Amino acid sequence: MTHDHDHHDDPRALRAEALESILIERGLVDPARIDAVLDHFENDLGPLNGAQLIARAWTDDAFREHLLRDGTGAMESMGLGGPQVDHLVVVENTDAVHNVVVCTLCSCYPWGLLGLPPAWYKSFAYRSRVVREPRAVLDEMGCTLPDDVEIRVWDSSAEVRYLVLPQRPADVDTTDPGELASRVTRDLMIGVAR
Amino acid sequence: MDGIHDMGGMDGFGPVERDEVVFHSDWERRVFGMVMTAQMENTNTDEFRHSVERLDPALYLSSSYYGRWLASLEVRLAERGLIASDDVDDRVGAAVRPSVTATIGLPKDSPSGGPMRMLEQPPRFAAGDRVHVRDAHPHGHTRLPRYVRGKAGRVSLVHPAFVFPDTHAHGLGEDPQYLYAVQFSAHDLWGEGDHVVHVDVWENYLEPA
Repeated sequence: MTHDHDHHDDPRALRAEALESILIERGLVDPARIDAVLDHFENDLGPLNGAQLIARAWTDDAFREHLLRDGTGAMESMGLGGPQVDHLVVVENTDAVHNVVVCTLCSCYPWGLLGLPPAWYKSFAYRSRVVREPRAVLDEMGCTLPDDVEIRVWDSSAEVRYLVLPQRPADVDTTDPGELASRVTRDLMIGVAR
Repeated sequence: MDGIHDMGGMDGFGPVERDEVVFHSDWERRVFGMVMTAQMENTNTDEFRHSVERLDPALYLSSSYYGRWLASLEVRLAERGLIASDDVDDRVGAAVRPSVTATIGLPKDSPSGGPMRMLEQPPRFAAGDRVHVRDAHPHGHTRLPRYVRGKAGRVSLVHPAFVFPDTHAHGLGEDPQYLYAVQFSAHDLWGEGDHVVHVDVWENYLEPA
């Protein structure tokens, strides 16, 4: 995922390196803190956090109701939260409804539940098109929806973060939370899979 | 501002390429780390977003995501006087510092402990209310996407109150107000389509319809 070999011929890499050295000299950043923050984001945060919420909602009706009524409270009751999830709203897929999340203005995303977003979520194509032609975009991304399924697009234009509660897969008969959570992908919780 | 960042509904960007990578190279990781840890007094999320939006549109479009973070970090540091605008140019031996539209003001408040606020007055609108979005075009920062301005919709969710980005980005106070998820029909937004779009809109952009 990292390519140190391009470090020397990429002007942006040189610029980033120069800026970091200036900021270190002036005491405005601490490289050890940068390392610690990167370690936290790359190793502690990820879709497994959000998957815990979904897996529990699939087996515990009272929790599911709580999650849909008060996403923030339900999330905090499981000790979850973290950066970029000040206020969580969970939206439910059903046989008749499919939800999908975007941020047309930048890249808003529930870091604490899903980790940092993949490049496609921040791409101009995804940001521009999902609010206009979601059925076509989802189809291109491998999520083909029947014509009678209503699509609801959620544009995270403020500080509310949205998470999709996908339908429980029909072929799963376990109630083991870990096994269920392993079926919950990041794409299901963004809504680009079903 | 009616900037290049406000992309909802634009044509021309092609298919969504399934690029799953978070950081494309190590410098992007370092930029993320710098932005998350740099000590910049009084900066806030709204100022941060606006500094990305103000980048020269050609630079915005030709940069990677973290390339925009790098350029906007340089902009914020220079505007706050923490570096000189040509410090990085001098060090790399190239005059390519990011060009940017000037801000109409930097935050002056102390950093806030999150954007949510409790208000004494109740929300003006309730779920189910028909509302009309003002056709506003502020020159500064705003989180009101162009594609819903002037449109009619229906309140789907009443959120808590949040600080108002339009003022908070510019040192003009928090002006906290209720936020609403407003549902628009694709037909009302684009003249076609059978889906709905929910957009979070601050109260003072809404009028009863």
